Amino acid sequence: MDSVPFFPPQASSMAAQTDWLYALSLGIALFFSLLIAGLLLSLAVRYEYRREVDRSNAVEESLGLELLWTAVPLALVMLLFFLGAKLFFALRRSPAEALEIHVVGRQWMWKVQHPNGRREINELHVPIGWPVRLRMISQDVIHSFFVPAFRVKQDVLPGRYSELWFTATRGGSYHLFCAEYCGTSHARMVGRVVALDPAEYQRWLSGFGAAQQPPVSPQAAGAALFEKMGCAVCHRASDGRAPTLEGLYGRRVLLADGRSVLADEEYLRKSILTPGWKLVAGFAPIMPAYAGRLDEEEILQLIAYIRSLQRGARHG
Amino acid sequence: MPEEAIFEDALERRQAAALGMWTFLATEVLLFGALFVAYALNYHLHADAFREAARRLEHLLAGANTAVLLSSSWTMAMAVHSAAAGRRRSLLAYLAATMLLGAAFLGVKAIEYRTEYEHGLFPGRFTWQGPAPARLFFNFYYALTGLHAAHVSAGLAALAWLWLSAFRARLDPRSVAAVENTGLYWHLVDMVWIFLYPMLYLMGRAP
Amino acid sequence: MAEPTATSYLNAAYTARSWLLTLDHKRIALLYMVSITFFFFVGGAAAVLLRLELLSPQADLVVAETYNRLFTIHGVIMVFFFLIPAIPAVLGNFLVPLMIGAPDLAFPKLNLASWYIFMLGGSLCLVALLFGGVDTGWTFYTPFSSLYSNSNVMLTALGVFVAGFSSILTGLNFIVTIHTLRAPGMHWFRMPLFLWAIYATSLIMVLGTPVLATVLVLVALERGLGIGIFDPRLGGDPLLFQHLFWFYSHPAVYIMILPAMGVVSETITCFSRRRIFGYSFIAFASLAIALIGFLVWGHHMFVSGQSMYAGMVFSFLSFLVAVPSAIKVFNWTATLHKGRIRLSTPMLYALGFIGLFTLGGLTGVMLATLGLDVHMHDTYFVIAHFHYIMVGGAVMGYLGGVHFWWPKISGRLYSEWWGRLSALIIFIGFNLTFFPQFLLGYLGMPRRYHVYPPEFQVFNVFSTAGASILGVGYLLPLAYLLWSLRYGPRAEGNPWLASGLEWKTPCPPPVHNFDATPVVRHGAYAYGPDGELRDA
Repeated sequence: MDSVPFFPPQASSMAAQTDWLYALSLGIALFFSLLIAGLLLSLAVRYEYRREVDRSNAVEESLGLELLWTAVPLALVMLLFFLGAKLFFALRRSPAEALEIHVVGRQWMWKVQHPNGRREINELHVPIGWPVRLRMISQDVIHSFFVPAFRVKQDVLPGRYSELWFTATRGGSYHLFCAEYCGTSHARMVGRVVALDPAEYQRWLSGFGAAQQPPVSPQAAGAALFEKMGCAVCHRASDGRAPTLEGLYGRRVLLADGRSVLADEEYLRKSILTPGWKLVAGFAPIMPAYAGRLDEEEILQLIAYIRSLQRGARHG
Repeated sequence: MPEEAIFEDALERRQAAALGMWTFLATEVLLFGALFVAYALNYHLHADAFREAARRLEHLLAGANTAVLLSSSWTMAMAVHSAAAGRRRSLLAYLAATMLLGAAFLGVKAIEYRTEYEHGLFPGRFTWQGPAPARLFFNFYYALTGLHAAHVSAGLAALAWLWLSAFRARLDPRSVAAVENTGLYWHLVDMVWIFLYPMLYLMGRAP
Repeated sequence: MAEPTATSYLNAAYTARSWLLTLDHKRIALLYMVSITFFFFVGGAAAVLLRLELLSPQADLVVAETYNRLFTIHGVIMVFFFLIPAIPAVLGNFLVPLMIGAPDLAFPKLNLASWYIFMLGGSLCLVALLFGGVDTGWTFYTPFSSLYSNSNVMLTALGVFVAGFSSILTGLNFIVTIHTLRAPGMHWFRMPLFLWAIYATSLIMVLGTPVLATVLVLVALERGLGIGIFDPRLGGDPLLFQHLFWFYSHPAVYIMILPAMGVVSETITCFSRRRIFGYSFIAFASLAIALIGFLVWGHHMFVSGQSMYAGMVFSFLSFLVAVPSAIKVFNWTATLHKGRIRLSTPMLYALGFIGLFTLGGLTGVMLATLGLDVHMHDTYFVIAHFHYIMVGGAVMGYLGGVHFWWPKISGRLYSEWWGRLSALIIFIGFNLTFFPQFLLGYLGMPRRYHVYPPEFQVFNVFSTAGASILGVGYLLPLAYLLWSLRYGPRAEGNPWLASGLEWKTPCPPPVHNFDATPVVRHGAYAYGPDGELRDA
C-alpha cells in the first residue's frame, strides 16, 4: 500500500485489519454522502420551480419510508459497532508471552527501558514477529503513545499504568508521536520506533547504547532499590510484621476490610506509594508512604523485582 | 416590551415564574450532582482513607447545624404561607427568622472550618498524617461545603432583598411569587445539605 | 407592506441607552449578533494564523508557545462565544416569540441580563488573551491545566464559567416561553420545527452547562487554592475531569447543530414550497438527539484508559445517536420531491448544510467505531470531522438563517447575486480546507502540532489554500449584508412568501410584534399544492 499516499505504512499485525475497516466505513460514509448530494442535486434540478413537471400526489408522510431509513442506518451502524468492537478487543488484549518494555512519559520525552535494562530516549527498538507489550506511565501530565504505522495509540496517564501491545511485521523506522496535548513542546515529543529482525534486536539489546556500563535489568535495579530504601528490613523479616512478597504477584490478596484484590502492577504501585490504601489482612499499618520518594522508573523496577520473586524462592 | 404586557394575567405570570424557578433548580441539581458523582467515585476508590478522614470532622456540630438549617426551611415555608395569605407582618417575622437561622448555619460552618484549620486539616496547612488519599477527602469536603455555603449566602441575599421590599411596600402578586420562588430555592439548598451531611460526616461512622 | 415611516423595533428609538437597556428580544438578538460576529472574526483571525503556520513543516511563523495559545483561543472563542450562542441567542432570541405569536420572551430582564453576562464572560477571556493568553486547549485537560500550565487558565476558565450562566438563562427563558406563551391554537405539533430544535437545545443548555460550571470551579480550586480533586498525586482519578468535561462538551455539539437543523427545516420547506416530509419524525428526532446525546460522552475517551466495557457501551450509544440524524437527513431530502425549488441563497446554505452534515455525521460514525478510533483519535481526522459538523453544519445553518430572516431583521433585501456567490465560495473553500484533513488524519498527523514530518505537507498546503478561500467567503456576507442595511431595497412584508407567524408581522416588526394576538388554525408549513401560501 506504500504507493498510495492515503495510508501510513502497514507495519503491525493489526494494520491491515484497521485499514480494511477504515476502507469499509469510509466507503459507507462516501456512498451515503454522495447519495444524498446526488439526490439533492437531481431533485433540485428536476423540480426547479420554473419547470413543468408532474407534481401531483406529492407525499407528505410515509411510515414505510421512515421505517426504511431508520432500519437501514441502524443495521449498518450495528455492523460497524460489531466490527469495531471486535478489533478493539484484539487491540486491547495482549498475549501472555509478549515482551514487556517499560515506557515513562514526561514533558517532553519518552523514556524506554527494555527487559535487560537497556534504555533509550524517544526511540523504541522492537523485534519483528514477536508481540511487545508496553507498560506505560507518565511522570507529569497526560501523554499519548501513538505509532501510526502500527495503528495503535494509548493515553499515558499520571498515577496509573496503561498498556499497549503490538506485533511489528515489517522492518523499518516509523513515527512515534505524542497524541495527547501535553504543553509547550508537545509537537516535539516525537521519536521513532525501529522494528528489527529478532537476531538484530538481540544484538542491539546487548549493546550499551550511550551508557558507559552494561545495562542493569529492571529487576536487578529493583533488588538494589529494595535494599537501599530499606524495604528488606520488614518484608524479609521472619517476625511477620510485613507480608512476604514471594509469589505475591498475580495472586489475590485478602484485605483488612474483608475484600480481596488482585496483586497486579497497579496494586503494587499504589501499595508502595500509599500503603494505607488497601491494607492487607492481619498486618498493622506501619509502612511509611513512598509517594514523592521514588520516581516512576524506580517504581517500575521495584515491581519488576517483586514480580520476579517466585513462591518458595529465596531472596538473592 | 414592558414586562406586564407579556402575560395575559397575573396567574399566568406566576406560573411562568414557577416553571422558570423549577428549571433553574434542575440546573442546581446538575451542578451539585456532578460533584456528588465525583465524590462517590473517589469514595469507591479510597473507601478506607475517606472513612478514616471523615471521622475527623465535627459531626455533632454539623448535626446541630443540620437542625438549624431544617428549622430555617420550616420558617421559610411559613413565610411563603404568610405571603400567600397576605399577612405582611408575619411574613417579615418569618423572613427575619429564616435569615437568622441561615446566618447561624454559616456561623457554625465557620467555627467548623476554624477547628479544622487548628487541627491541620486545611488546604495549604495540611499537617495531619493520615492515609494519603485523606487529603482528597478534605478537598471534596471543602469544595462541597464551600459551594453549599455560597448557595446559602446567595439565599440570604435574596431573603434580605425580599424583606426590604416587603418592609417598604404592600404585598402585590409579584412579590408573593418572588417569596414562593425564593422558598423553592431555599428548600433546594436545604435538601443539598441533607445529602451532604450523611455523605461527608456520617459515612465514616457507619459500622 | 411596511411603510418606510412605520415605527419598527429598529426606529422606535435611536439612543445608545435604548439599545443597551432594551428589553426587546429583537434588539437583544441584535446585540448578540454584533457580539458574536466580533468573536467570530477574533477566532477566525487565530485560525488564519494557525493555517499559515501549518503551511510548512517547520515552525517559521510562530513559536510553540504562540501556536498553543492560538489554537486554544480559537477553540475557546469559537465554541463558547460563537457557536454555542450563535443560533439560539441570535436567531432564537429574535424568532421564538415571533414564531409562537408572543410579544416577547417570558423574562425580558433575564434576557438582557444574559447578554451582559455573556459579554462579561467574553471580556474576561479577551483580557486573558491580551495578558498572554492560555495554552491548555479549549478542553482544559487536567492535570496540565490545573497543575502545569503557566498561562492565564484561571481568567479564561472564569470567562467560560460566566458565559455558561448566560447559556443557562437563555435556555431557561426559551423553555418557559415555549411552554407558556404560545398563541391560541399553536399546539406543540403545529410549531415550526425550528422551535422544536430550540426547545431540545434549551434542554441541553439547562441540563449540561451546570456540569461544565462544576468542572471549571474544580479546576480553579485545584489551581488557585490547592484544593485538588483531580490531582493524581493525591490519588485523584486522572480521567474524572474528562468524564465531567465531556458530559457537557459532547452535548454542547448538539447545542450547535440542533438549531442549525431547525433553520434547515424552515428554509427547505419555504424554497421547495412544500410541507416538510415527516414532521413528527423530525421533531422527535430532535428530542432523541438531545437525550441520547447526553449518554455518549465517553466516545471521546476510547484510548484514555477508561475500561474496555465502558468503551463498548459508549460506542454502542454513539452509533444509536446517528440514527435520528439520518432520519432527519432523509426527511429533508424527501421534502424536495415534487417541490417547486428555488435555489435562493438560504436554500443554497440549507442544501450545503445537508451535504456537509451528512459527511460530518458519517465520519463521526467512523470515529465511534472502537478499533478505528484507536488509530484516528486525536489526529486531524477528528479535526476534520468536527469542523464538518461545526462549520459545515452549524455555521452554514447560521448563515443560512441570517440570510433567510435578514429581511425580517433588517427590513432590507441583500443582493441575491452576491449571496449565492459567497455561499458557493464558502462551500468550496470549506471542503478544500477540511477534506484533506481527513486524509492527513488517517496518515497519522496528530492535532495541536505546529511542526510536523515533511510528508504531511501536501495536504496541509491544500488545507491552507482552502482556508484562504473560506476566509474570503466569510468576509463577503459581512460586506454585502452591511451594505444592504443602507442601500438594499426595502423588504416587503413577506419577501419569500414563507409561512410562519414571524412573516405575519411587518419587516422589520414593530416593538410589540403583533397588533393582536394571532390565532393559529393549522400546522406549520402551510404551502398549498401549487406552492401558494394557504394562510396568506
